[in-house]
Amino acid sequence: MTGARIPAVVVADIRKHYGDLKAVDGVSFTVAEGEFFGILGPNGAGKTTTLEIVEGLRKADSGAVTLLGENPWPRNTKLLPRIGVQLQASSFFEKLTAKEQLQTFGSLYGVTAAKAVDMLELVGLTDKADVQENKLSGGQRQRLSIACALVHDPDIVFLDEPTAALDPQARRNLWDVLRAIQARGKTIVYTTHYLDEAEILCDRVAIMDKGRILAMDAPATLVRGLDAPTHVVLQKGTLAPADARAIDGVEQAQEDEVSLTISTRKPAPVLSALAERGTLDGLQVRTATLEDVFLDLTGREYRA
Amino acid sequence: MTAFKSLSAAMIKGFLRDRMTLFFAFVFPLMFLVVFGLLFRDASDDKTKIAVVGDGPVVAALDKTGALELEKYDNAEVARQKVHDGDLPALVVAGGSGVELTFAASDQVKAQTVIGIVSGVVDRINLAESGVPPAFTLEAKPVEDASLKPIQYLTPGILSWAVSISGVFGAALTLVSWRKKQVLRRIRLAPVGPTAVLSSRVLVSVGTAVAQGVMFVAVALTPPFGLQLTGQWWLALPLLVLGTTAFFAVGMLVGAFCRTEEAASGAANLIVMPMAFLSGTFFPVENAPGWLQAVSNIFPLRHMNDGMLDVLVRGKGIEALVVPSAVLIGFTLVVGFIAARVFRWED
Ligand SMILES: Nc1ncnc2c1ncn2[C@@H]1O[C@H](COP(=O)(O)OP(=O)(O)O)[C@@H](O)[C@H]1O
Ligand SMILES: [Mg+2]
Repeated sequence: MTGARIPAVVVADIRKHYGDLKAVDGVSFTVAEGEFFGILGPNGAGKTTTLEIVEGLRKADSGAVTLLGENPWPRNTKLLPRIGVQLQASSFFEKLTAKEQLQTFGSLYGVTAAKAVDMLELVGLTDKADVQENKLSGGQRQRLSIACALVHDPDIVFLDEPTAALDPQARRNLWDVLRAIQARGKTIVYTTHYLDEAEILCDRVAIMDKGRILAMDAPATLVRGLDAPTHVVLQKGTLAPADARAIDGVEQAQEDEVSLTISTRKPAPVLSALAERGTLDGLQVRTATLEDVFLDLTGREYRA
Repeated sequence: MTAFKSLSAAMIKGFLRDRMTLFFAFVFPLMFLVVFGLLFRDASDDKTKIAVVGDGPVVAALDKTGALELEKYDNAEVARQKVHDGDLPALVVAGGSGVELTFAASDQVKAQTVIGIVSGVVDRINLAESGVPPAFTLEAKPVEDASLKPIQYLTPGILSWAVSISGVFGAALTLVSWRKKQVLRRIRLAPVGPTAVLSSRVLVSVGTAVAQGVMFVAVALTPPFGLQLTGQWWLALPLLVLGTTAFFAVGMLVGAFCRTEEAASGAANLIVMPMAFLSGTFFPVENAPGWLQAVSNIFPLRHMNDGMLDVLVRGKGIEALVVPSAVLIGFTLVVGFIAARVFRWED
């Protein structure tokens, strides 16, 4: 059924250069309706530029974008009610309360004041309705900003680093909001520089660096494709490194001040061997993550 | 709610909740009005008061000059004592064909003024009596402002100035802050035209200007200031509107070039303050040197001010609006056009 419908977003080989700097250097991707798509990468990778070209806020030097079958550039007023955008820097009217922000943004789309205020509940800000925007915490501001992007019930939602600069608790609260939005059947395109977060939230991710997409797939598929060893970590002294290396399937065993780290591509037999010996003190198992994928793709450690 | 109405409401709330802008739109100009209004209250009320005893054509003519305030006495001795005590600078005793002028020698300036006026009047009457046509004639015309009490030109001047402050600053700061905070880009992503956004902001400025007008005139009308409105003072309304649009256009131009609020208010000050001084906010332009008057014609504030003076305190009618309105509309169109050309949605 989904196969017959047109994709929500189609991006074909877009480029944007600022002088010698290739901010976006030939990016293509497709997002299906209802999909949660993440664009990941370190700061300066070109995520915002890509997103804003897709939203129709910037003009690409070349390439094509189609949103719900329409071209977003030049400003396409037919398309605008169907997309919701949260810009990287949150944009609010001065001195207005959370409720008034929503009502004002809603009115730009012909949404009634009562309906606009309903959005507060989705993002858990009902008790902050009468607080001025500049008196909200960082996480509350981000949630309000997302509510403003959703106020007119758009089909596609673009969120640019909604979780940046938030403390872990606020980030988790926001994840719940994002999942709730997806549950409403929205297509979400979002950017982040937290790879771990994208791994948890996204159906599919595109890893970007220096204006290019290096890899694109479901996070689990990307990690599996890496064929990276699993790290089994034990408390130091549980087992001598030499004994660990003797276990079948162990590729490497290294000890530092606190722990012994065993690398293996066959974690199941190694773990049962360890269990047989009763040497599982302080056991931690670390599988590869998107950070390892990034390291593999770029040859350098991921640093946001 | 329509986008226009809710944007207007949003901006009015933002305006009313911002103490800084409220201060500069209302309190700051009002302070000038109060200080100057009280400071200059008696400045032009300085008609010299003299004592007069007796009656006749000379006293009648003296009264008609309007230059002296005559205090009648029946008893010449009482009046002479007043001069002697320094209460009054001079005494005129008129009787028959003689006029006797007694003056206090202590205040030479006042004495000379009085002597000049009285002898002028006496000479004129003599000339008229003799029936000889005068060899030279003097034609003296009053400059209009000479008859305006300070509060009469301060109120229209400071009101126009206040409108220019709120117009220029309001437009420039809103534009810069909305661009900086990405509100402009966000609005651009909504299906509303720029007209709704722009006109709602202009409406707020016009509302501010009318509120300023009501407030300043109300204060100036109170007894300590004693403003007297003449004739068709309500013709000030169209001037308030047209002045606002002209200054709004200036603010849009300033806002287009400045990246930060600080830069924008600095630039706005650089424009508004000199313009205020040269446009007759604090003193009548007619007192300025000719070249300065010519220069001041380039400022919309000068024309708004002229129009305001005419309709508020000079008792002129709708014909006094023609030139100021034409200039303000032209100014709005030209500057507004330039501002639209250099307008930026984002930095
Ligand atoms: N308007 C612009 N002018 C010049 N350079 C820009 C502009 N916008 C972005 N860039 C540059 O393009 C690169 C990509 O920026 P951006 O898309 O914001 O990255 P990200 O969102 O991934 O952090 C950066 O090096 C940035 O400095
Ligand atoms: Mg970015």
